[in-house]
Amino acid sequence: MIIDHPLLGPRDAAEFVYLGDARLIDRPDWQGENAARLFHDYLHVRDNPAGEHRELWFHEHGDRSWLVVTRNTLTHEIIRVELARDVALSLGRGR
Amino acid sequence: MSGPYRLDGGALDRSRRLAFRFDGRRLTGHSGDTLASALLANGIRLVGRSFKYHRPRGIFTAGSEEPSALVELRSGAYREPNTRATVAELFDGLEAASQNHLGSLRHDLLAVNDLLAPFLSAGFYYKTFMWPKSFWERVYEPAIRASAGLGRLSGEPDPDRYDKGFLHCDLLIIGAGPAGLAAALAAGRSGARTILADEDFVMGGRLNAETHEVDGGCGTTWAADAVRELASMEKVRLMPRTTVIGAFDHGIFGALERCTDHLAAAAGKPRQILWRVYTKRAILCAGATERPIAFGGNDRPGVMLAGAVRTYATRFAVGAGQRVGLFTNNDDGWRTAVDLAAKGVRVAAVIDVRDRAPVAAVPDARVRMNSQVTATRGRHGLNGIVLATGERIALDCLAVSGGWNPNVHLTCHQGGRPVWREAIAAFVPGGRLPGGMAVAGAAAGAFTTAAALAGGHRAAIAALGEFGRPPAGGDPPVASDEASDVTAFWHVRDSRGRAWLDLQNDVTVKDVAQSHREGFRSVELLKRYTTLGMATDQGKTANVLALAIVAGQSGRTIAETGTTVFRPPYTPVPIAALAGRARGRDFRPIRLTPSHHWAERQGAVFVEAGMWLRAQWFPRPGESHWRQSVDREVLQTRGSVGICDVTTLGKIDIQGRDAAEFLNRIYANGFARLAVGKVRYGLMLREDGIAYDDGTTARLGDHHFVMTTTTANAVLVFRNMEFARQCLWPGLDVHLISVTEQWAQYAVAGPNSRRLLEKLVDPEYDISNAAFPFMACGEIRVCGGTPARLFRISFSGELAYEIAVAARYGEALMEALMAVGEEFDAVAYGTEALGVMRIEKGHAAGNELNGQTTARMLGMQRMVSKKKDCIGNILSERPAMNREDGLELMGFTPLDRTEELTAGAHLLAPGASAETANDEGWITSVAYSPALGSSVGLGFIKDGHARVGETVRAWDALQGKDVPVEIVSPHFYDPDGERLRV
Repeated sequence: MIIDHPLLGPRDAAEFVYLGDARLIDRPDWQGENAARLFHDYLHVRDNPAGEHRELWFHEHGDRSWLVVTRNTLTHEIIRVELARDVALSLGRGR
Repeated sequence: MSGPYRLDGGALDRSRRLAFRFDGRRLTGHSGDTLASALLANGIRLVGRSFKYHRPRGIFTAGSEEPSALVELRSGAYREPNTRATVAELFDGLEAASQNHLGSLRHDLLAVNDLLAPFLSAGFYYKTFMWPKSFWERVYEPAIRASAGLGRLSGEPDPDRYDKGFLHCDLLIIGAGPAGLAAALAAGRSGARTILADEDFVMGGRLNAETHEVDGGCGTTWAADAVRELASMEKVRLMPRTTVIGAFDHGIFGALERCTDHLAAAAGKPRQILWRVYTKRAILCAGATERPIAFGGNDRPGVMLAGAVRTYATRFAVGAGQRVGLFTNNDDGWRTAVDLAAKGVRVAAVIDVRDRAPVAAVPDARVRMNSQVTATRGRHGLNGIVLATGERIALDCLAVSGGWNPNVHLTCHQGGRPVWREAIAAFVPGGRLPGGMAVAGAAAGAFTTAAALAGGHRAAIAALGEFGRPPAGGDPPVASDEASDVTAFWHVRDSRGRAWLDLQNDVTVKDVAQSHREGFRSVELLKRYTTLGMATDQGKTANVLALAIVAGQSGRTIAETGTTVFRPPYTPVPIAALAGRARGRDFRPIRLTPSHHWAERQGAVFVEAGMWLRAQWFPRPGESHWRQSVDREVLQTRGSVGICDVTTLGKIDIQGRDAAEFLNRIYANGFARLAVGKVRYGLMLREDGIAYDDGTTARLGDHHFVMTTTTANAVLVFRNMEFARQCLWPGLDVHLISVTEQWAQYAVAGPNSRRLLEKLVDPEYDISNAAFPFMACGEIRVCGGTPARLFRISFSGELAYEIAVAARYGEALMEALMAVGEEFDAVAYGTEALGVMRIEKGHAAGNELNGQTTARMLGMQRMVSKKKDCIGNILSERPAMNREDGLELMGFTPLDRTEELTAGAHLLAPGASAETANDEGWITSVAYSPALGSSVGLGFIKDGHARVGETVRAWDALQGKDVPVEIVSPHFYDPDGERLRV
C-alpha cells in the first residue's frame, strides 16, 4: 500500500503503524455526565464498514505525523489523507 | 548431440555441449536446453511418480505450469526438491534426480497405492482415519507423515544468499511474448521508465515456439531484434528469469528474479532476488496456458500438451516422440501436427472431436474427425491409444489440446473475478483489476499473433497517455490472424480407465463427480475435498477442466458455476527468498549501547532485550555458575558500589510552554507542580485504566522535561504521546523527541556511589546530600568539562544516581567510572543483578505489568489523581478493577529457606485442590536474594495486605513443585527506604 502523506508525498505503508478508527480523536470530556459510559463507547464500540473507513496511521519511520486516512476497506483505495492534527483542530479539539 | 529425438534447428547453441546426470545416468544436452528438453532429447520419458498413487509420470508441458515433471536438483546442502524440469535451465554439471518413489523410479514399491485406488478416492482420509480415535497420534499420523510430500529437503541450512530489492517504473510489462514486446517497444520508444519481466530465460514467449511471421519475417527473429532494441534503451530494464508473483495494492508488484539458478555455482552473487516493484501502470501480457482433455489413461508419460510438443520441436529441436499423435478440439492444436511434420517427425494420427473438415493436410497421418480417444496403452510410457470406434493406433507421444486458458492469475490478486467467454471457451479477466493494470494479448483472450501485437501496442499507448506521455516510434508490428477456432470439449465420456484432471495431486473425473454426489458442490469446497488445484502447480492445467466437469454434473453452465480465484504467488517462491538476508544474526537489527564493546572486553554475557543486547552478568575467573556472578554483583553493589548500563531505557525529551500540563495528562499521577531540578516516578495507564508503563521524569527547566520509559515500551510510549499531542490536545504547546540513542546512561548504585561520583563530577557542582538530595536532578559537567545530566534516582534501593552523557562519550565514561571506582572495589553489574535488587525492593517491572494490572494491584491506587484529566483515569475507576478483595502485589518467601520458588506458580490455600476455582493468584518474579539468603518472589494474591504472615502454596505443575510460602511485604529489603536518602 502507498499512503500519500500530505507533507511528504507518497510513502510505502511499511513506514506506518496502524491504530484504528479515527473516532479515537474524539475523546470524551472526562468531567462530562456519564463519562464512564462515553469512555467505554469511545474505547470499545466500533463500526466495521464495508466501504469507506476513516482510520489513524502513524508515520513512525518518518516524520511522526499521525494521519487520518480514508480508505475503502473493500478495495483498499485511499480516498483522502489528512494530518490528524488538522482533523482534531477542525473538530474543536484544542487544549 | 544428435540422436533419434534431436531434430535440426531450434534455439540451441550446438557448439556448447553440457554434461548432466539424471538419477545417476550421464547424459548430455546443449546450451539453450531446459532439463526437460534435454531429457526428452535423450529419450527419457519417465521422470517421476505422482503424489498419491505413485503413477509413472512424464513431462507434460514446456513451461511453469508443469504438474508432473518435478525433480530434485543439485546435491548436499544445495539440494532443492520439487523443481519443475520444464523451467530448469540446463548447465554443465547439473545433477537431477527423480523423486517420490521407494526403490527405483521404474520399480517404485509405493506404486501399490495405485492398486488400492478404489479405497483412496476423494476425501478418503476424512473417512478412513476417523476411528479408533486413539490411532490418530500413534498410527495414522506417523504413517501419513512418512508418505506425505514429494521431494526431500536437504535438512541443512541453505548455503546460498538471497536478496531483496526495490524498483520504480512508469510501466511494468509482465510477460515478453508478442503482446509484451509490442508494449515495451511502444513504451521504450516514448522514453517512459519501463520494466519488462519474463519468467523465461529467453524473451519472446510463444514467438520462440511457433513458426509465425511478424512484419513479414520470422517471428522468432523479430522477437530477438525487439529485445536487442529494448536492451539498448537507457530507460528500459529487461528482466528475464523474473516471475511477477503478485499484484498488490496501489500498483505494487512482487517479482522473483532467479539470478544464478542457471549456473553451476553462484560465485558470491545472490541466487535469487525478491523485488518489490512500484509502478504507475502495468500491462499484463502473461499469455495463455493450454489445457488438456480428460480421457482414460491420459496421465501416461508420452501424453503431453500439444503446444508443448510444438515448443520442444521448434525451440528446443526435440521430437517428443517418434510416432506422434494429436488429439484436439481446436484449430491451434493442428499446428502441432503441421509443424512436427515439417520438422520431419512422423505424425501418425490426428484425432479431432469436431465434426468438420480437416483443418490442414498432414501427410501419412490417420486423420479421424468427430472422433475421441478413450484409452491409452503402455506401462512406463505410452505405446498406443484406443479410439471410441475401437481403432488402435501405435504412438509413443500423444499431443493433446483442449484449448487455451488466458493467464488471468494476477488480475485476481486484488479481488478481480474472471468471467467466462463462450467464444473462446475460456475465462478472461473480469471484475475489478488491480489498480493501474491493463491486460493485453492472450492473457486478455486475444489469441492470435496479430491481436497480441496490436493489443500490447495499444495498451502501452493508452497507459502512456494516462500519465501524459505522447507516443513515439510509429506503428505496431503486423502479423496475420491464425486459425484458432475451438469447440468446448472437456471429457471423453466413454473413457476406459481413470481420466485424470490434476496430474500432480492425482484427482480424476470420478473424484470430482463423487465430490459432487457427496454434497461438496461449490467449487471452493470441491477444491478442498478433492485437493484439486492444491499442488505446487496450483492446478494451472487442471482447474478449468474440473470446473467444466462440475458444471456438467450440476446441469449448470460454466459461467454459472464460476471459478476459484488466484492468490499470490503465481509460481512457488522459496522461503529463503522471502527471508532474504534476514537470517540468523541478521534476522532483525541489533542495537548496541555505546559501551557494548567495553562490556564485551569484560567478558559479559549478553541477553536480548527488544532489539538491544544488554550485559546480563559479568563472569569472573573461577565462577562456574551464573548465580555466583550475580550474587557477587549484588553483594558488591549493596556493600560498596556497582555500575550498570541503563542506556536502553527509552528517553523522551519534552519541551514547550505546556510541557508540564501535557505530562500531567500522560501520567496517572500529577506532574504539574514538579519543581525544576526534581525527578518524579510516574505511572502510565492505558485509556482502559490498565497500567502499562512506568519510569521517571526529570524537570530540567520550566518548559523542559526528560522522561525515561521501560526498554520494552520505549517505542509504544512515544507513539502514544505523539497521539495525545497531535490528536487529543493539539492546542497544547509541547514538542517531543526520542533521545534514547543520543544519551548513554549509567546507574551508579551503592553506599559509595556519591564518593565515586565526586571524583568525576567537576568541582563546581555540589552533589552532597544537602545540595543534591534524593530525587534531585541537574545538568552538570564531568571529567573536566564534559556536559552531563545527573539524576538521584534508585532502582536498586541503595543511595544511587543515574548519570547521562552524550552517546559518543558513553564508553569513555564507563571506563572512567570503573577506573575511579577501583579504590571502592566498584563492580559492573548486569540485568540479572538489576533484577535481583528490584525484586528485593518490590519494584514492579515487565513481569508484573502484563496487560491486566491495575494501579490498585500495584498498591498505587492513591497515585491516580481524581482531580485532573489523564489517560485512563475514568475507566480505571470501574468497580471490578477496585474490589477490596482484588489481587495485590505481595512478597513471598518459602517456609523452607532452601526451596526455590518459580515464576508462574499459582497460589493455593493449604489443602485446596489445584483447580481454577481455588486459584488465589500467581508468582510473577523470583530471585535468589543474597541479602535474605533465600529465594524470594513477587506475585499477586487476593486481598494480600490483609493476609501478611499467612501460609499458602506456590503450586507449579510445569516444574512439579508445590512449595509452602509465607505472604510478606513486597519490600524485602530496606522497607522504609532509609538507604536511599543518606
